[in-house]
Formats: sequence, C-alpha cells, structure tokens
Amino acid sequence: MITIKDLTFGYKRSGENVFNNFNLEMHDNCIYGLLGKNATGKSTLLNLISGLLLPKSGSVCIDGLPSGDKSKALLEKLFLVPEEFMLPNWSLKKYIDIYRPFYKDFSQEILDSCLREFELPTDMKLAKLSMGTKKKVMMSFALATNTKVLLMDEPTNGLDIPSKRQFRKVIASNMTEGRTIVISTHQVHDVETLLDHVAIIGRDGVLLDASTTELAEQYTFGLNPAGEILYSEKSLDGEMCMARRTPGEDETPVNLELLFEYVNAKR
Amino acid sequence: MISSNEKTIFGKVAYLICEEILKGNYNEEDRIPGVRDLAATYEINYNTVIRAMEVLQREEIVYQKRGIGYFVCTDAKKRLRKAQREEFMQKTLPEIFRQARLLDIGLDAITEAWEKTK
Repeated sequence: MITIKDLTFGYKRSGENVFNNFNLEMHDNCIYGLLGKNATGKSTLLNLISGLLLPKSGSVCIDGLPSGDKSKALLEKLFLVPEEFMLPNWSLKKYIDIYRPFYKDFSQEILDSCLREFELPTDMKLAKLSMGTKKKVMMSFALATNTKVLLMDEPTNGLDIPSKRQFRKVIASNMTEGRTIVISTHQVHDVETLLDHVAIIGRDGVLLDASTTELAEQYTFGLNPAGEILYSEKSLDGEMCMARRTPGEDETPVNLELLFEYVNAKR
Repeated sequence: MISSNEKTIFGKVAYLICEEILKGNYNEEDRIPGVRDLAATYEINYNTVIRAMEVLQREEIVYQKRGIGYFVCTDAKKRLRKAQREEFMQKTLPEIFRQARLLDIGLDAITEAWEKTK
C-alpha cells in the first residue's frame, strides 16, 4: 500500500508549492489511473513515491517504509517507468544481467512473454531504439521485475496504435495478486478499461479518489439520462451526459473524459 | 438473464462467454479460459472479469472449482438457448415485424433473403 500523508512539496526555484498537506492512499490489488490537468504534479508525485524527490514535510511510504530512505527493502518493492528516459549503449541481454539481481522475484518468463506480445526480439541494441520501442522494452522489464508497486508515467505516449492494444494486454495479463499499478496519463481512452480505481488530482489536492465500481454505482454516462445531469458535452451522437444514477437504473461504463471534466468544473 | 445489449463491461464479457457456450466453443463441464487470460483477451481489468464470473455463477452458467478455475455447468447451453430464444421471439422479432410492415416487406421477401444466407 502507498500512503501519502500531509505531503508538502515544492521545487526549490519556484515559489509555489506543488503539494500542500496532500493526502492519498493507494491500495494493493488495484490498477490506479492517476489523472490531472497539466502541471498538477502527476510526475512529481510518482517521483516522490519512488524516493527520487523528498518531501518538504509529511511522509510518503510504501508498506510503511518511507520512500525517501531508499532502503533495500523499499527499492526492491518498486519500479518506475518514467515518461522519457535514456537507455545505456548496451544490449538488452547485458541490461538484464546487470539489473535483474536487484529484483528477487524477477521472471525471465514474463519478460519473454511481454517482448513476444510487443513483437520484439529477445535481444537488441538499446541505444538505437525509437522512443516507442524503448518504452516497450522498459515496460516489459518493469513487469518482469514483479515488484509490488509499479509506477508508469504516460506509458502509452509514443506507442503506435497496435502497441496500445498490446500494452493493455500485457498489463491485464501481468496484474498479479498483491500488486499496485499506478498509471499516470492524459490518454484516458488507452487505459480506461484497465483501471479499477481513479484518482484525479488538482492544484489544491485530490479532487476525486474512487473505485470504478463505486463510480458506476453512483453515476451514469450516456445520452438521455434518467437522473439529474451533472455535466454534459455535445457530440456527434447528441448530448453526452454524466448524471446521477437513479435507483435501479442499469449501470453504464464509466466515461473518464466526462468524469474528469465534471470533477475539474466543480472546482 | 444476461442479454445481448448489456451496457457494462462486465455484462458484455458475461454475454460474450454465453455466446461462446452457445457456439459450442466452451462445452458443458469444460474449463473456460483463466481470468487473467480473459482479462488479456478483452484488454480489461482482472476484477472486471471476476464480476462477470459472479454474474455467470448467479445465473448458474458457470461454477467455480477453487484453485482450478471456472467450468461450464451441465445444461447451461440448453438453458441459455431457451432464454435467448425467448428474448428473440419477444423482443427482436416484434421489432423486425414492425419495421417490415412499415416498409411493406412481405414474408416472401424475408424468406428469399433468409434462403440466400444459407
């Protein structure tokens, strides 16, 4: 479990804090969608969870272990796939040989199956890869480490259309018991069906923190709703609405785009 | 009963599994693919598949053997076909008739089209 308590953080050069007394818990066995407008601190939050940044005050813990301590017990629980990164001028094989000893539950089998799903060879030169391919390699490695917490920052950016599909498949098939996966993204359509929990953050903290089951129970999304309309948007099919669900009304799949607009407009 | 126009993701998955049973791809007392495999196939969350399985269990279409997986119930296909036929006769067909009357399409034209698809 990830526990963020009374977190305050700001970058040194900028006067304004990104987080002020920010609180959020992320539970085991869940795939979280971390959403928020630009500059609300999504990447910063992932960096704080992984201990790459340190809070000014408050605490960020994984299973009770403070991230900032960078202890061995903590680091072997954790993997972060950043939005952009460099890979060394090595072969994939060398990369694996060097990094796998840090992860006691590393699975070659998962790595091979992910690379196969992404239609990539099992060995390649890392330096010459395109952005999309680098991401696919890094995500395959990340899933193979079998860490308890897996953080992904905009994982579908740079992926082509078939790769987004493959991405959903590898995540769905490797979401193992006890794991927490956090996907920060603006591309809600790419991940919508994968999530079982949504956290939307804004400039003044958490705007929404709910499971998709709860959201589907409370709201309906579609044309001509029966309940009170909370937010609507014109579309080619007509007025797309987010509405309060009336008792006994059929549930509908959660439309993250409408939900996001509603939550941000409410502020 | 699970219908062909389920809106939720778990409802859709439950219906798709029913369809596989009707098509004879999953036979009675067969083990259906694992939850994780189904999640990957439909690119959805593991827990959504579990919810679909709960619906199917409630309708006694599948049953769970702990630690092994989900199996198709005996008679599931027969009961599904009966229910789906009822839905077709009571909902789908009256709508087709309504449209056919509106457009003045006779039974012979429908029979002819039907023969062509065989």
